[in-house]
Amino acid sequence: MATLEIRDLHVMVETKEGDKPILRGVDLTINSGQTHAIMGPNGSGKSTLAAAIMGHPRYTVTAGTIRLDGADVLEMSVDERARAGLFLAMQYPVEVAGVSVANFLRTAKTAVAGQAPALRTWGKEVKTAMDNLRIDAAFAERSVNEGFSGGEKKRHEILQLELLKPKFAILDETDSGLDIDALRVVSEGVNRALENTDVGVLLITHYTRILRYINPDYVHVFVDGRIAEEGGPELAERLETEGYVRYLGVGATMN
Amino acid sequence: MTVYSERPAAIPAGSRAERLTSFRPADFPAPTRALEEWRFTPLSRFRPLLDEASFVEPCDSQVTLDLPPGADAAITTGPMAGQAGAPGDRAAVVAWNAAKDTTVLTIAQGQRLAEAATVGVRGGGLDRPCARHLLIRAEAGSSATVVLEYAGPALLSETVEIVVDDGADLTIVTVQDWEAGSVHAASHRAVVGAEARLKHICVTLGGDAVRITPDAEFRGEGGEVEFVGLYFADAGQHLEHRLFVDHNQPRCKSRVTYKGALQGQDAHAVWVGDVLIQAHAEGTDTYELNRNLVLTKGARADSVPNLEIETGEIEGAGHASATGRFDDEQLFYLMSRGVPEDEARRLVVRGFFGELIDQIEVPAVRARLIAAIDGELELTMGVSS
Repeated sequence: MATLEIRDLHVMVETKEGDKPILRGVDLTINSGQTHAIMGPNGSGKSTLAAAIMGHPRYTVTAGTIRLDGADVLEMSVDERARAGLFLAMQYPVEVAGVSVANFLRTAKTAVAGQAPALRTWGKEVKTAMDNLRIDAAFAERSVNEGFSGGEKKRHEILQLELLKPKFAILDETDSGLDIDALRVVSEGVNRALENTDVGVLLITHYTRILRYINPDYVHVFVDGRIAEEGGPELAERLETEGYVRYLGVGATMN
Repeated sequence: MTVYSERPAAIPAGSRAERLTSFRPADFPAPTRALEEWRFTPLSRFRPLLDEASFVEPCDSQVTLDLPPGADAAITTGPMAGQAGAPGDRAAVVAWNAAKDTTVLTIAQGQRLAEAATVGVRGGGLDRPCARHLLIRAEAGSSATVVLEYAGPALLSETVEIVVDDGADLTIVTVQDWEAGSVHAASHRAVVGAEARLKHICVTLGGDAVRITPDAEFRGEGGEVEFVGLYFADAGQHLEHRLFVDHNQPRCKSRVTYKGALQGQDAHAVWVGDVLIQAHAEGTDTYELNRNLVLTKGARADSVPNLEIETGEIEGAGHASATGRFDDEQLFYLMSRGVPEDEARRLVVRGFFGELIDQIEVPAVRARLIAAIDGELELTMGVSS
């Protein structure tokens, strides 16, 4: 069993107007096999948490710790974090011209596994995973994310989640911009990963609708860079009817 | 994030059809940045190659030939009639007049070479300029690959005439991999016969300032020209490629595909692709493309496609030009999948050049090119593999 432990995390982001503090002391512990939903209004710091865990260069940790089975994640470079077992499904996956999906997947798998996947089984594994996510076989030869629709990009992120088999997966608003069919396909992929591996999932979302497909064990509500409230799945149900109003005061909405 | 800006073809200053060609230096005005053909060129660096008077002594540059059976070479002296048109700018006309002899490489009629012929040019140092004239002729029905390899330190001005007779199939691979400090101007002028095919692959890696101007025209119907280019500009390097395909015959085809990567302060790449479809050239099929990949800040790529169409009866005509950036977001994305930084850059650059490298059918050249590109990355990224 693995544990990702975040303690008193303070993070600031580099902006054109200078550094801006976003996270103000976040405590969170995730164990293998658990699903934690991080919810909260826009600007509350949810995506900053995802970026800080993965080590995005624009975000600076000013205080606190992130440990993966005791190892200091903040001391690791981005690629070391991935090889240690962290995975981030991005909100805005980046285009990489000239690098085919097939080449990218093989390179990434080789990097995280420390050795090239067996040729004989890898092709089949990729094909099955693509079929499950309703990704056309022709995508294997296309450049990574180039000309992909929003839904195709998100399915490609979940494809990587299923193939790379991380210890912990952070899904940064994977549900945003998806129609109901794509949302179902993507959710099935996450559920398959939860079923087939020991992955712990940090599911960052603004809306409760993805939680109809993926059942969280814990729900944390982010407000102004801190966890304002924590609970079980029933907390998500309450947010479904009440929105974030009670955390923000009069006038705030789910949008 | 990669931003591609498709830019419209600029309207050239005067039609390419009206551009002067001549064997007489006096016909060309002194180059200035105000002239279309020199507007991107750092003239001070090319100065020694623009004046015939600076070519005073016999130069030390050396040519070595490695020819398979079926290819013949001879050195001829004395005046040569131009086989493939007249010079089109000051550098080209100076090269023509300053060269004292001509190396003629001939593939005899009907010969089909199984192996590549290689012409190696070793630069004659940085003290004084050299001029050279190379004529490559593929006679009717022949088939060959000729590799031109440029290395060492050089100030070189050059004419490369390429004659592809009817029904011949010629591939030229020219690799400019000069030492630092080198300056090279080369006018490649090709004529392509009826039902003949020329594939011209131009690879420019080393040298302080390199300016190659490949021109092609047709001598009969059904000819095909493919211009492929690959360049990698480092800090301070100026790599310029100006192409011209003159569709002066009906039912000919041309394809231009040039790709370049740039890195480091003041790395500068220039690509200008002129295509002219003359009024009587019905059934022309042409497409030109230039892509640049900017790897670091401080580098600059100028890319200008010019397509002039004087007849409506064409098969197809198009162009594309785009400059993309390898940025922190791409790097973060690849690294977040466990790929180390140096490998991430290599993956992107190899992917970018991959389709062009695959077209180089000479294994030794292809392998050297991949190694050279990896070497370029290690050079500036301070990464060792």
